[in-house]
Amino acid sequence: MAKLVIKNVSLKYHTVEDEIEALRDFNLEVEPREFISIVGPSGCGKSTLLSLIAGLMKPTTGSIILDGSPITGTTQKIGYMLQQDYLFEWRTILDNALLGLEVMRRKTDESVAQVKQMLKDYGLSGFEHSYPHQLSGGMRQRVALIRTLATEPDLLLLDEPFSALDYQTRLAVGEDVCRILCQHQKTVIMVTHDIAEAISMADRVIVLTSRPGRVKSEHVIDFGPEYNHSSPLKRRESPRFREYFAAIWKELNSSEQ
Amino acid sequence: MNSKKGYSLEHRKYLRRIRVRQRTILVLQILLLISVFALWEIAAAYGWINQFITSKPSRAWTAAVNLFNRGELWRHLGYTIGETVLGFTVGTMAGIVIAAALWWSDFISRILDPYIVILNSVPKVALGPIFIVWLGTGLKAVVAMAVATSIIVTIMVVHNGFKNIDPNKIKLMRTFGASRLQIFTKVVIPASVPTMISALKVSVGLSLVGTIVGEFLGSKAGLGYLIVYGGQIFNMSLVMAAVIMLSVVSALLYYLVVLLERKIVRYNR
Repeated sequence: MAKLVIKNVSLKYHTVEDEIEALRDFNLEVEPREFISIVGPSGCGKSTLLSLIAGLMKPTTGSIILDGSPITGTTQKIGYMLQQDYLFEWRTILDNALLGLEVMRRKTDESVAQVKQMLKDYGLSGFEHSYPHQLSGGMRQRVALIRTLATEPDLLLLDEPFSALDYQTRLAVGEDVCRILCQHQKTVIMVTHDIAEAISMADRVIVLTSRPGRVKSEHVIDFGPEYNHSSPLKRRESPRFREYFAAIWKELNSSEQ
Repeated sequence: MNSKKGYSLEHRKYLRRIRVRQRTILVLQILLLISVFALWEIAAAYGWINQFITSKPSRAWTAAVNLFNRGELWRHLGYTIGETVLGFTVGTMAGIVIAAALWWSDFISRILDPYIVILNSVPKVALGPIFIVWLGTGLKAVVAMAVATSIIVTIMVVHNGFKNIDPNKIKLMRTFGASRLQIFTKVVIPASVPTMISALKVSVGLSLVGTIVGEFLGSKAGLGYLIVYGGQIFNMSLVMAAVIMLSVVSALLYYLVVLLERKIVRYNR
């Protein structure tokens, strides 16, 4: 059974000045443990799609089904990582990482110990009692990831999670995140406008049309046995990487018109 | 942090330059104050200005000492400080509660918006006689004046702070399924602490204004009473003494808020 089914979803935004159709007849199925990247021209409704899946908004028409039951509001099964870390500057790193658990009233000695262990595992030991401004961008993004993972979602939504980082850090954090998510065997939907990032991390890349967003094409990414279980950086070296890149690049450009 | 001996010579020179500059500023600030008082004293002594209407520092001092000897100094100071602190505390707490209510319901906030703007521009002094009729002369009316002068600004500044919180922080909370109360207590309040402190800095001054005006209009104690009383009996030394003490009181109250700020806002240092 598919993990997530998006069926005939459309969404209209209403403002006093105008009515904007962000998505129209959107259909997508995501298999368990699949890593999906969604790319598309800016303003094509990528972030809207994630907000819909997260249950922050209701679609105008259509339905979104997670594990067989329709999504009606936010659920603890879904973790959402935003474009920036949005760590709270008045909370220590540990308290930031515990935010989700605290909100869900699931903060226990056990879960705190678990989060502490995660901080340690992901290179943040010694920073538990520091404040966010004392950390580098890459470290902060890792804290944000831990904050999301701590609530143990099985579907992760990543909304351009690395866009606020410089290129170097971006590649490094991409590596980390990919490794961590593989370990945890999560289903992931990542929105990005970086084609290379999309290809290097995903099992499948979905290309959207410009607004109103629909699925324009799908690319199953298969680097062959040699690369399939490698890290994103390694996969970028694969000869097929360039082929995928060229194909997706071409499609994105043709959708601009 | 780095130990001092690790620094290079240039860096130590740089630090010394900064220290010298800061010390010079402080010395000049004190000198300025002393010279104003000295000039005032001398001008009065040589008859360049009329002592009867300007008084002079030494006579103001005597007036203050007389008050002290009669055991009235602490009573007047106590009234003014107590009324200000009370007005300020009530005004701030009520202001924050009202700001929270306005944040909670955008609809109510829209309805009340024009009235808050009008209340803000009404001179609160005009309300004085009303308070005196309602509450009688004395402490209650003075505190009411202090609250009235400070509360509107608190409401406006704090509500504005609440509204200007990064919507993505709220979105983040919502992705965890947070309730509106959780969003308020875990994001809106802590994120607004710096705003609330700057509101405090403004409202502590305004409360003092309200207190003094209240004491002008109807009271038998406090620095405001001393100023009006001294003016009526043409005792300018008493007036000047009270005004100088008032300046010290306002500086102290402001400094208290700064101390509070240092105690609360630890995270960005």
